[in-house]
Amino acid sequence: MKILKIILPVLIFLSLAANVEAQPPKDQRGLEVAKKAEKADLGFESTTVNLKMVLRNKNGQVSERLMSNRILELTEDGDKSLIVFNSPRDVKGTATLTFTHKEGADDQWLYLPAIARVKRISSDNKSGPFMGSEFAYEDLSSQEVEKYTYTFLREEKINGLNAAVVERDPVDEKSGYTRQVVWYNQEQGYRLEKIEFYDRKNALLKTLTYHDYKQYEGKHWRAGRMLMVNHQTNKETELLFQDYQFKTGLKDSDFSQNSLKRAK
Amino acid sequence: MTSQLFKQIAPLFLFALVAITTTAQESKTYTEFDIEIKADYRYFFKDGLYDGQHRQYPSLAIEPNYFLEWADGNQSLNFTGFARFDRDDNRTHFDIRELYWQGVKNDWELSLGAKKIFWGVTESAHLVDIVNQTDFVESFDGEQKLGQPMAHLSYASDIGIFDFFAMPYFRKRAFPGQEGRLRTPFLIGKDEIGFEADAEEWHPDFAFRWSNSMGIFDAGVSYFYGTGREPVFELNPESSAFDIYYPLNNQIGIDLQAITGAWLWKWESIYRTNDFQNMFAFAGGFEYTFSNIKSSGLDIGLIGEYLFDNRDELALNGLDNDLFVGSRLAFNDVQSTEFLIGGIFDMDKSSKLFSVEASRRFGNSWKLEIETRLFSNISEKEFLYFMRDDSFMQVRLAKFF
Repeated sequence: MKILKIILPVLIFLSLAANVEAQPPKDQRGLEVAKKAEKADLGFESTTVNLKMVLRNKNGQVSERLMSNRILELTEDGDKSLIVFNSPRDVKGTATLTFTHKEGADDQWLYLPAIARVKRISSDNKSGPFMGSEFAYEDLSSQEVEKYTYTFLREEKINGLNAAVVERDPVDEKSGYTRQVVWYNQEQGYRLEKIEFYDRKNALLKTLTYHDYKQYEGKHWRAGRMLMVNHQTNKETELLFQDYQFKTGLKDSDFSQNSLKRAK
Repeated sequence: MTSQLFKQIAPLFLFALVAITTTAQESKTYTEFDIEIKADYRYFFKDGLYDGQHRQYPSLAIEPNYFLEWADGNQSLNFTGFARFDRDDNRTHFDIRELYWQGVKNDWELSLGAKKIFWGVTESAHLVDIVNQTDFVESFDGEQKLGQPMAHLSYASDIGIFDFFAMPYFRKRAFPGQEGRLRTPFLIGKDEIGFEADAEEWHPDFAFRWSNSMGIFDAGVSYFYGTGREPVFELNPESSAFDIYYPLNNQIGIDLQAITGAWLWKWESIYRTNDFQNMFAFAGGFEYTFSNIKSSGLDIGLIGEYLFDNRDELALNGLDNDLFVGSRLAFNDVQSTEFLIGGIFDMDKSSKLFSVEASRRFGNSWKLEIETRLFSNISEKEFLYFMRDDSFMQVRLAKFF
């Protein structure tokens, strides 16, 4: 028994190593696709957008959230973003400031307008629901290439266009997923068409689909609507985007704690 | 007091109006207006110890908000009013929580008018938070504040944020009246409290703060000179009554938070000197969060904080050598259901304080909040002994328009 305990992991490791050894192109190709997608969207500098989130439970009851988001593109490290809530009314004026990092935990602050308090919060809670929706915090944070490892699966048609289907595994152990299967549209700037999320038990949890794409600045593809369906609870959340602006002139100083307090 | 406050604010308001009319014509303006109405019912579990007190307190509060922004968002006018109607005449009160003009240029920010400022990191006490007077009749936890007239200049640099405050006018603390609970046996009239400063509430106060985020650390160092927001109670040996006055304070405050994974480590300390006493106080501890337990969305936070104040029994809040243990439950559901449960245990004396706060949203614009405070075995040596029979429960229904 004891010998088995020692030998088994070694065998597994060897077989895994052999596997990796045998198919480097697959891993490489997956990473290449992710990098191409990142490159295709480089240079937006900054973005502002208004979001409407529509939550539906399995009985069809609807609840809405309104928020605005501004993002500053950074290349040497992850992007900075500031989200302000406008609805429901009791959280109006509440805002979050996030500094994404390519490696390590993101920095995050929360502003509570009722007591004018800025709180640094842990970004550990990646897998929890965002505002009671079917989106987890990690689904909405900046999708840096370094946050996953990649395996190319196959090419197939989606919505009549050629897609590269890639599995990506979160690097962070705190992620709520073992893996995600992502459809990259190879004909339209490697934009995302669909993601399947597999939970910690490797069961299909959610499917996210992207709709009503528009191209901005002749380069940047942005979906007008995203739909997240939870297969285990039959709840769904729709994200609607309005008034996309690019190259807005936002600066680093628009992402300070003072800006967080001022944000409306 | 209101008329004096108006004297203070009126010129700023006029200035802001002029600024608006001159610049708003050239650029787009953005306005927001909303009102929150809170209907409260407070129930005290025991009869009051003092004449005139009741057990049931229905109460109503109104909070209007107005926001105007122009010049590409670089200038704004912010207003928050407050009115409460209560059985206790002293708790029936009106306040301008905020009324200020703000101008922003790159990393600089200037605010003129009445404003609310919060400093600090701990949950059970707010030691370094010293700019605003506490609205003592409004809430027991001291988190509600009166608007503080000020000129506030802030500079966000690469090495942190530098804040400068000049505060020309002091807001007096109000205490409960004859019919109010949570009070001393003797009534404390707002205008009966003396000042160390000859200029009384017109003594100019100054404050400075540097704060910065460095990796896992968020740090702040603050300095305050001026009339202390907390009055001191001095026992007069001749009359055996309390002499109460506002001293002139020098205060240095340090607040520090470190974040390691799901752990938050917190430190707040102040050193305060005045003619009456030199004091040191500390609050610090941790908060650990188990997040998204079993993928249910539920977060359970555990909070432990130690509180020290070298004034011992003279510490008004009684937090001289105490332990706070608490838990925060957030269900992260559609209605944002949350609980905060806590207990404060005195390490030398028998006193214990328990609290439960719960909230849940209904629809898009309603919120239900329940607050319970229990005082148990309060020691005779504590200021809080006066309020030993004032355990209560409050139910609040808030509507946002």
